[in-house]
Amino acid sequence: MPDLLIELFSEEIPARMQARAAADLKRLVTDGLVEAGLTYASAGAFSTPRRLALSVEGVLSESPTIREERKGPRVDAPDKAIEGFLRGAGVSRDDLEVRDDKKGQVYFAIIEKPGCPAADIIAQVLETTIRNFPWPKSMRWGAGTLRWVRPLHSILCILSDEAGANVVPLDIDGIKSGDSTEGHRFMAPARFSVSSFDDYSTKLAKAHVVLNAQERADHIWNDATNQAFAQGLEVVEDKGLLSEVAGLVEWPVVLMGDIAEDFMGLPPEVLQTSMREHQKFFSVRNPKADRIEKFVTVANRETTDHGKTILAGNQKVLFARLSDAKFFWENDLRTPLADMVAKLANVTFHNKLGTQAERVQRIAALAAEIAPMVGADPALAKQAAEVCKADLSSEMVYEFPELQGLMGRYYAQAAGLPQEVANACQAHYSPLGPSDDVPTEPVSVAVALADKIDTLTGFWAIDEKPTGSKDPFALRRAALGVIRLVLENGVRVKLSNTFCPRIAYLDAVSDARVISTRGNIRPFLVDYYELESSTSDEEPTEPVLLHKHLDDAKGKSENLLSFFHDRLKVYLKDKGITHDVIDACLAMPNNDDLTLLNKRAEALQAFLRTDDGENLLQGYKRASNILSAEEKKDGVEYSYGADIKFAETDEERALFKALDTAEAAIAPALEQEDFATAMSEMAKLRAPIDAFFEAVQVNTDNATVRRNRLNLLSQIRKICTSVADLSKVEG
Amino acid sequence: MTDKPAKPRSFQEIILRLQSYWASKGCAMLQPYDMEVGAGTFHPATTLRSLGTKPWTAAYVQPSRRPTDGRYGENPNRLQHYYQYQVLIKPSPPDLQALYLGSLQAIGIDMDLHDIRFVEDDWESPTLGAWGLGWEVWCDGMEVSQFTYFQQVGGQDCHPVSGELTYGLERLAMYVLGVDHVMDMPYNDPDAPIPLTYGDVFKQTEQEYSRWNFDVANTDVLLKQFEEAEAACADILDRPYEDPKTGKRIVMVHPAYDQAIKASHLFNLLDARGVISVTERQAYIGRVRALTKKCADAFIETEAGGWVQ
Repeated sequence: MPDLLIELFSEEIPARMQARAAADLKRLVTDGLVEAGLTYASAGAFSTPRRLALSVEGVLSESPTIREERKGPRVDAPDKAIEGFLRGAGVSRDDLEVRDDKKGQVYFAIIEKPGCPAADIIAQVLETTIRNFPWPKSMRWGAGTLRWVRPLHSILCILSDEAGANVVPLDIDGIKSGDSTEGHRFMAPARFSVSSFDDYSTKLAKAHVVLNAQERADHIWNDATNQAFAQGLEVVEDKGLLSEVAGLVEWPVVLMGDIAEDFMGLPPEVLQTSMREHQKFFSVRNPKADRIEKFVTVANRETTDHGKTILAGNQKVLFARLSDAKFFWENDLRTPLADMVAKLANVTFHNKLGTQAERVQRIAALAAEIAPMVGADPALAKQAAEVCKADLSSEMVYEFPELQGLMGRYYAQAAGLPQEVANACQAHYSPLGPSDDVPTEPVSVAVALADKIDTLTGFWAIDEKPTGSKDPFALRRAALGVIRLVLENGVRVKLSNTFCPRIAYLDAVSDARVISTRGNIRPFLVDYYELESSTSDEEPTEPVLLHKHLDDAKGKSENLLSFFHDRLKVYLKDKGITHDVIDACLAMPNNDDLTLLNKRAEALQAFLRTDDGENLLQGYKRASNILSAEEKKDGVEYSYGADIKFAETDEERALFKALDTAEAAIAPALEQEDFATAMSEMAKLRAPIDAFFEAVQVNTDNATVRRNRLNLLSQIRKICTSVADLSKVEG
Repeated sequence: MTDKPAKPRSFQEIILRLQSYWASKGCAMLQPYDMEVGAGTFHPATTLRSLGTKPWTAAYVQPSRRPTDGRYGENPNRLQHYYQYQVLIKPSPPDLQALYLGSLQAIGIDMDLHDIRFVEDDWESPTLGAWGLGWEVWCDGMEVSQFTYFQQVGGQDCHPVSGELTYGLERLAMYVLGVDHVMDMPYNDPDAPIPLTYGDVFKQTEQEYSRWNFDVANTDVLLKQFEEAEAACADILDRPYEDPKTGKRIVMVHPAYDQAIKASHLFNLLDARGVISVTERQAYIGRVRALTKKCADAFIETEAGGWVQ
């Protein structure tokens, strides 16, 4: 069976697109072949900056003949019917067979679809693939209309077997397929023919092209670490950079160079970022001195001077780049932090939510409010919040946005601010993702919470909520950040209390921005409760606006809380807490206190995993079902206290006692938020409830006894739902 | 790649070699546009001529001004006035990369010793309503050119596609000549009777313009001029195509486009003076883009733009 080799040779493909493109080529071509009946044994795809290649081994030499039988009318059917059948099946009368059927003699049409040669199928599949290739961005060139990521120059497409190789003929907008390709752009530019995949990869290697991206990456990494190791140094690992660089070269040559002493005073992160972003250099660390002293660059060729000129050039560019970075660093250090903060007034955060300066004021107020709840000094939290965005107006962060926060920490340190304040400048952005560490220092926690809550309330106030897959302001991430900050630090905060007044305020301000052009509304926060009872005498404009927005804000606040609850369900699901357990806990009061909610949910989940829990749940459900059914039938709610004097059996009396005992024990446990104890007290009801149902018929003829028993069930329901709403639990 | 010309010795020699190289490849050697522009792309020989179906090939030096980059002539690499070398060929020829590499050889870059790379860099000019795909070209890690296949200009799809090459002349020359500070670069031959450095020619003007750009330019006047240019551009294009005096069809695209260029440069000056806030910035860019779009729309109504009676 023949092997197929395809190579699409073009001008330089962006590094970030190569791996995906190779995978797409493989998928589209092999899917197309299989769909046309051409199966194969194995396939592999490759990419370099200038080519996508696909090798498919063991392809059928033609698609199999397909034989189809179709049953027709009876032999004695009218001619018209038979002719219709012939037309439909696309056969002539001679092709029909007569067979015996239950109904008599019947015509059968035998339709044969002959197989198609592999080359024809491949040509068609490849053309479709090229014309519909899913590049993230594609272009036209010259006078043509074909689209590719960059101009496509040649198509190699051959089928080869022991007898030799044949070109699969193909012509796409004037680009004819052939059996040849080119080697390295500079080291071996001549075109050469190939006869198989082995021949192709061997000849490419001779022409200074390493076809396999992983091989190029491995070579770069091994060579770089070896060179560093020889000098007692280590290369700073950077997988993203490694795969990018492997996509920028066909013939990697690793060169290591020095960083001038002048730049050793720069923060290591600045060195690393500047080298990575601008030059695509790896950083090389001296573990003894704990600093970055050298760099590794990867050239795309060998030279007669062994890379001397190339390295000198790279070093020179780096010098200029780091001179810039040093200039920014020194300028920033000379700039008082207060000046950086002041400049935030010129930076728009969002046109309906004001400037960064306004935002910082809001965060500061909120951080001070949250501080006592997280064990932080309110003054420090406020101070930290006030400078936490200062670095956004620094020259360094303007140049390297990814250094935000980190530079803030350096600049706050340099300004002599307390260490907790400096740390918060960096840590308040965390956690950025589900695996990012959560800050634990109280000041950082306060500012991190304030930052995220401000973002969320702001976008909720102006109705910019995430929809479907669209979440341009990363609000889901912010909510998850709040959840993790709260739960992992055991923070006790009633979120609604922080949401509602802020949403009302922000909504009012964003409206005011639209209504009036006076802008500059004095940033202030009014206490939600005070506001509800206050008159509008003292603050003539803003409270009036606020009142107008308050009702609206309550709805938005509830909506935001339910957004949190949705995120919490996702988060707790990973911790083994099922959604029905969370629903059972959400139905309880104070569900905006996430730590409380979590404690309750954990206890309930653990409880339900025990035998007692499982059985109590059944007992509760039985009681609840009977009760609901009877309540519905009678049209009343049985919630009067049951009276033991109407009890007729020992089991009934025992249940009375057990309920009293449980109620007495559960109340104080709940008071202490000791849900485990509350539930283990509840568990003690299991036996008496089971015994009760075993021995007693609730619906007796005696109306008084029946009513008393229903009220007893009601007491079961009340006690069992005092810790969580068990009716929401499945099972 | 066997032909290795001697190394050039001055800034001007590099320009001259580029000129003769691209002339030998058949480009029309145009002269700089006589207006203040931010980049060679603004020259109508690129912006307007990349539109429509008529083939085109041109190369030229374009003095370019970026007021915010002024550093009083102190920074080794940054200037508020510098030169770009620009090549535009429509339709882009299939061997454009090879032609480009030939030009590097022509200015003395030895392909056997250097590492030339095409690194993804998609070009976009919000003020021109233009974008294209291509690369920045690296020589030993330094960006020496921008290489772009235009896909859209002035909001119009480019059919056929133009290939555009832009060389930052000072940076490229400093590299080839091995100079660390732009002001130290020989402008003419160092052995000439009167040798001049780049600094001899431009240091003083860098200082003068830096001061003017950053602190003195009258922003009220600039703002007024911006509005005037904007209004003039629209007014010129609103005139009927038929000239009442000659009776001929004369669409005044170039005079209108001059006003768009003017507005763009005034915006850059205002930006350097720091009087445009972040939010306003987008609005100004949008206003300039609206002008260039209008010009682009009008250009394809002209003969040079492929219009036929």
